[in-house]
Amino acid sequence: MVMTADVKETSSGVSAQKATRDIYLPPARKKITGGGTPHIVAREFSIYYSEFEAVKKVSADILSKYVTAIIGPSGCGKSTFLRSINRMNDLIPNCHTTGALLFDGQDIYGKYTDEVLLRKKVGMVFQKPNPFPKSIFDNIAYGPRLHGVSDKKTLADIVERSLRKAALWDEVCDRLDKNALGLSGGQQQRLCVARTLAVEPEVLLLDEPTSALDPKATAKIEDLIQELRGSYTIMIVTHNMQQASRVSDYTMFFYEGVLVEHASTAQLFTNPKDSMTEDYITGRFS
Amino acid sequence: MNLGTRKLLDRSFTAVGIGSIVVMALALMIVLVPIVTNGLGAVFFTGTVEHRKMLQSEFKRGGSKELALEKASTDRYRARVYEMLAGFEAEMEQMNPEQKADYQAKYTPVKTALQALLGPLPGDPEPMLTRFKYGQTRWEKAEEKLHDLLYETKWDNSNPNAMSKEYFASRAIGFEGTSLVKLFPYVRENLANMLLPEFTAYWGFITDSSVDSHIFGGIWPEIQGTFFLAVGAMLFAFPLGVIAAVYFTEYAKSGFFNSMLRSANSTLAGVPSIVFGMFGLAFFINTLKVSESKSVIAGSLTLAIMILPTIIRAAEEAILAVPKTYREASLSLGSTKWNTIATVILPAALPGILTGGVISLGRAAGETAPIIFTAAVSVGSAIGLADVFNSPTPALSWNIYNLASEHEAADQIRHVQYGMVLALVSIVLLLNLSAIVLRARISKKLKG
Repeated sequence: MVMTADVKETSSGVSAQKATRDIYLPPARKKITGGGTPHIVAREFSIYYSEFEAVKKVSADILSKYVTAIIGPSGCGKSTFLRSINRMNDLIPNCHTTGALLFDGQDIYGKYTDEVLLRKKVGMVFQKPNPFPKSIFDNIAYGPRLHGVSDKKTLADIVERSLRKAALWDEVCDRLDKNALGLSGGQQQRLCVARTLAVEPEVLLLDEPTSALDPKATAKIEDLIQELRGSYTIMIVTHNMQQASRVSDYTMFFYEGVLVEHASTAQLFTNPKDSMTEDYITGRFS
Repeated sequence: MNLGTRKLLDRSFTAVGIGSIVVMALALMIVLVPIVTNGLGAVFFTGTVEHRKMLQSEFKRGGSKELALEKASTDRYRARVYEMLAGFEAEMEQMNPEQKADYQAKYTPVKTALQALLGPLPGDPEPMLTRFKYGQTRWEKAEEKLHDLLYETKWDNSNPNAMSKEYFASRAIGFEGTSLVKLFPYVRENLANMLLPEFTAYWGFITDSSVDSHIFGGIWPEIQGTFFLAVGAMLFAFPLGVIAAVYFTEYAKSGFFNSMLRSANSTLAGVPSIVFGMFGLAFFINTLKVSESKSVIAGSLTLAIMILPTIIRAAEEAILAVPKTYREASLSLGSTKWNTIATVILPAALPGILTGGVISLGRAAGETAPIIFTAAVSVGSAIGLADVFNSPTPALSWNIYNLASEHEAADQIRHVQYGMVLALVSIVLLLNLSAIVLRARISKKLKG
């Protein structure tokens, strides 16, 4: 991995950063076919909590089947933006939006949008693993059952397929009837991924999925994201910049509600256009 | 604050805490121990042959052959008493009128005491009330009556400056020189032969109807009435309460109307129960006319209104205690709000909701005031399930009060009163215990 001469770097004059930045280069990836069209489109999109503008006039195209990471310091609005894509912010009272946020060309906050159908297509995995206090099988089958699958064999197929996709099948196949809360934290989080995959979404939103996990479990989740890349449009909010560089194709940097920079991960981490991005990824502030 | 003071403070708080718990436990013991010992006395006691006679003729229970043998044996001893009475009566006929009147006045209380002890004397007319058809059914009562026979209670008011004192005077002295004087030692020595006391476990106390306003028999109508009232109240209040709690926690928007509803709910929880009783009479019986007069259904509805705020509050708290993450997880899978509530939130909140429900059930079982005007009668037989819409019922809580204060022979049936209290306390304790077990089981299932 050779670093090309960097204008920003010379201008900032910090040569010690060079070594650090090597780590951020993304590893070799499998080629993505049939993706690259804008899946989620934001235009002048703002989110307000009462009077407070948490996300300010964001405009961005999120490409389908690629992994997009959202980074930024705490309270910068990255989670708020992510949660607005499947309207989880509806749970927060006094939260409203302006501008446009489109999914597959449809207005997510449109008057006639069915948020239940939207959430079926845009799945989400949360910061803390949150399996239901039910058996592993029932956890995975919860979504399909909701959407009308009642045949036992079909359900069993869906459960196995989802668990295999989430790389959890081998670990739990002999105890599907056990309570999901008995699994380890990492297993629980992969179970949550499997549960989301079981409803066959098009988009997967990951809200700091590894922040509550140990390094080993984190590695497994990252591997899982690599596996799913190319099949789903994935958006991941993370505090861990190495993680962003490892797993994502594109990276968005938010600062105080503003989308500062949105570029391919390789470019954003090696050649940031904005000095603020540069400062953040080099660890000047966090 | 330095370390020494801090430790001292911690220790004194611990001491005060333990102390208050000990005081509570002692107070509970002081209340519960007499209830348990006296209450068990309603079932386990030393019963006499009169008790067995009563069971035989009122409930058709017990072996009639053994009873016939016992009767024959006791009658032999009693015959002697009756002979003495007849002899003395004949003797009185021979006396001059003044002497006769003098003895007659002393003789009548003796006869009354014997009637209480052994039942109707030969030649007496058949009594109207069942309570006079039998002698003493319980041995300890028989001993009291024996004392009444042997001694006359007199009051010593010779000292005008002090309260008059009670003292006992032997009746035998009054009959000195007549044939009756032999009666008193005879009865005292042969009482056991005349009554045949033996240890009795009268389980019928729980399953029998009462005979002659609780003088004999059991408390089944009261137990059943309490059960009907409490379960009926739950049938109305539990679904309503859970629905209201779901509304408050999931659907209600913060606004004037909803804050009014909430404070109304809190206020209702603090309204005295007698007010609910009046309300039940005025609203359910007089206005809605759910029944002609007092009925189980009217009582159940009144109790339901009374426990509704508690159930709402418990359910609300249980629902609010469900982690937000469950809701998020369910919604993010494309679940509707209603589906999330029904399949995730309510199951997770179930332990808390059920605990609130069962505690309310215990409260409904124990309340007296709301059913005085709406459902309770003092004496009655057990009603069928079909009669709940038009028939009032005896109930434990009301009858405990009634037997202790308004019954004409309240001091004769203390064991029944205590038995009822024990039954009520046991029912409430059992319900609370089942709530604890239920909660533990569901929580265990939820935790995996």
